[in-house]
Amino acid sequence: MIALVKRPEASRAFSLAAPLLAVLATMVFGGLLFMALGKDPFEAITTIFWEPLFGEFAFFYRPQLLIKGAPLVLIAIGLSLGFKAGIWNIGAEGQYIMGALFGAGVGLAFYPIESAFIFPLMVIAGAFGGWIWAMIPAILRVKFGTNEILVSLMLVYVAEQFLASMSLGLLKNPEGFGFPGSRNLQQYASTHNADLIAGSGMHWGVVAAFIAVIFAYVLLARHRLGFAIRVTGDAPRAAAFSGVNPARLVLFCLGMSGLLAGLAGMFEVSGPAGQVTIDFNVGYGFTAIIVAFLGRLHPVGILFAGGLMALTYIGGDIAQSKMGLPAAAIQVFQGMLLFFLLAFDLFTNYRLKFGRTETA
Amino acid sequence: MTPPLLSLSALTKAYPGVVANDSVSLEISAGQVHALLGENGAGKSTLVKMIYGLVKPDTGTMQMNGAPFTPSEPRAARAAGVGMVFQHFSLFDAMTVAENIALGMEHAPKLSALSAQITKVSEAYGLPLSPDRIVGDLSAGERQRVEIIRCLLQEPKLLIMDEPTSVLTPQEVGILFKTLRKLSAEGTAILYISHKLEEIRTLCDHATILRLGKVVGECTPRDTTAREMAEMMVGKLLQTPTRAGQTAGDTVLTLTNLTAPAPNAFGMALKDISLELRSGEILGIGGVAGNGQDELLAALSGERPVARGMISYKGTDIGPHGPTLRRKAGLLAAPEERMGHAAAPDMSLTENAMLTGAARMGLDKSGFLDWPAARTFAEAVIAKFDVRTPSAASAARSLSGGNLQKFVIGREVMQAPEVFVVNQPTWGVDASAAADIRQALLDLAKNGAALIVISQDLDELMEISDRFAALNEGRLTPPRPAQGITVEEIGLMMGGAHDMEVAHV
Repeated sequence: MIALVKRPEASRAFSLAAPLLAVLATMVFGGLLFMALGKDPFEAITTIFWEPLFGEFAFFYRPQLLIKGAPLVLIAIGLSLGFKAGIWNIGAEGQYIMGALFGAGVGLAFYPIESAFIFPLMVIAGAFGGWIWAMIPAILRVKFGTNEILVSLMLVYVAEQFLASMSLGLLKNPEGFGFPGSRNLQQYASTHNADLIAGSGMHWGVVAAFIAVIFAYVLLARHRLGFAIRVTGDAPRAAAFSGVNPARLVLFCLGMSGLLAGLAGMFEVSGPAGQVTIDFNVGYGFTAIIVAFLGRLHPVGILFAGGLMALTYIGGDIAQSKMGLPAAAIQVFQGMLLFFLLAFDLFTNYRLKFGRTETA
Repeated sequence: MTPPLLSLSALTKAYPGVVANDSVSLEISAGQVHALLGENGAGKSTLVKMIYGLVKPDTGTMQMNGAPFTPSEPRAARAAGVGMVFQHFSLFDAMTVAENIALGMEHAPKLSALSAQITKVSEAYGLPLSPDRIVGDLSAGERQRVEIIRCLLQEPKLLIMDEPTSVLTPQEVGILFKTLRKLSAEGTAILYISHKLEEIRTLCDHATILRLGKVVGECTPRDTTAREMAEMMVGKLLQTPTRAGQTAGDTVLTLTNLTAPAPNAFGMALKDISLELRSGEILGIGGVAGNGQDELLAALSGERPVARGMISYKGTDIGPHGPTLRRKAGLLAAPEERMGHAAAPDMSLTENAMLTGAARMGLDKSGFLDWPAARTFAEAVIAKFDVRTPSAASAARSLSGGNLQKFVIGREVMQAPEVFVVNQPTWGVDASAAADIRQALLDLAKNGAALIVISQDLDELMEISDRFAALNEGRLTPPRPAQGITVEEIGLMMGGAHDMEVAHV
């Protein structure tokens, strides 16, 4: 008989090994999946993990890694703060959209004035847009005890309607020949979030993501607020006894994750995406949930996890176009990663006990 | 001669780094009330867990009525006639007594039939309990009865009781003892784990004393003094807490008609509590568990702030203040539940030292936390209060209950509180550690702090209190000098109607 036995203390070794084991298991079972689809599993796995980094066209894919990884890391850092305290913001996708709309809206309001102040204003507006969208579930939870999971998730769909309305209405490009979508921010110098070094993929959003990682690390390791977050996640009653105000913590965690998601949206719309369109959001807000857990809710872990997730995105795209793998198979592959991570994660706090069953 | 009911020979169980039981042998005969004594970590729990099939011994054998007995799980132990009443109850608050009992049974009969059985057993053994009551409404003593009746329905040959009296009023203890004696007269053996030596002397026929996993002695409790037993258990001479008779100083804490709603459906509202606490005095507050102890502590610690004008600390109205402000001012508290309330289980002792020490020990430097200082503080607590742990980096959950309690109390005491409120300071702590903790409380008072000690252990309250009051249904009786007060008077102070009913049976 196999039984799970709780370890007296969490295993540090396993906590570090779990992500690696999860990646390995995903490769094995993903390979089996691709084989079942009639594709060569080894080719598929190398296409996903090797091609973007070291393949023939790596010069094109490497910047893409930063572009795709940055919003994931930025959003996941924010989410991880709440997740650590048991505050579940599932609506980062909506906050991402609102950040983009606020940021783009402020930028386009100045069109065609050129000024160095416009971009910083857009950053503030983007952060505000994400923050205010996250404040809705936060205040509803604090005041009325609603479930922030449901409210934040539902607000994603509201934000998507806003996005559609904006790209067809208020923010629609007056010179766009009737096509939906805003003016292209890349073609308006004051609002363009350009690569800091041309062709490197290193835009302001990437810088913000790195700053967020450092900020979260210091907050969690050294600051009272980070400690309050960790205690609340471990033992809410002990947190209340120590003097943590749960309501304030909900406002901070949801607010901060909304703010960072808003920033991610703003940097995306003014940089890689370029304009507000109906299909602007591609699911970063949801994938960031996986990234946050894959990174074990640790800032540095999230940095690596964001990179890994971006890799599977880009590698997945290559595998789709080169090998004709269905998009759904790639999504299953990414899902496996989270599944195995959670499965292996169990062994951080538990160990397997093999023993015979005996009867008295 | 017939073989003993249960005989253990040379049972050994080792965990990594510690031998919990080292060649332990003992025999229990039918109808015997057998006490198992020992400090925390002496191996009592491991031993009973082996008997109850929760842990498998590494070496050694057990025999039941002369036949080999190797329970692989509690179900097998129960089938063989072993019942156990744990210190912590595993009952669902929202369900009735009968439903709770049915949940624990392999083949539960229909609820109506079960209710009839429960009534029958409860009457037969003098344990009044209505099967239809919701467990959330029951007192701790009544909850214990549910657990006992759950065991008795299986007609056990051996009943293991882990610290059964820690949550009972004197009257309830009397009833429990009557029941146990009746069981014993019918031939049921009882393995009785307790720290309360006087109780063991009244109840038990035989005692086995464990220290550091080994049997260090056996005795007949009736013929042995409590002090002798305690010294066998600890392996050294015990110090009785000493108190210097001293006069109380100025009033430091005043409660004026303190009223607070119940925090949840199974909590208790506080009703019109008024008292004055002077520096240098210890006010003992007794009462049956669930009569507002937790709520009073939460109101005083600031975990649940109350309205203006209800709590005045050194002339300042601190009713609406939260825990941090109160700690800074010198009002500290330690709640009853160590794991998850006083301490965060998965966090290290250093982090747990930060938990309440941040404000008063200067560990919080304008928002940034001074971890090296927190570590030093944790290590000081560990050293001063003899907390047994590998290091300050160990997780709180890896400590035994008694050790964690020493840490939790030490953490507050070392912050030099001016008012210290503590709930159940020595709950589940062994005699030697309990004596240390009480001494620390007395020393605090001697140095001019004012203490409120909430406890269900009346001997403890009588030992350290200057004044005594009791909580009953969220109301506090007027405090009266502890000197010269009798157990009957205390019973009356504690007694609401529900206790009196019990006393008649």
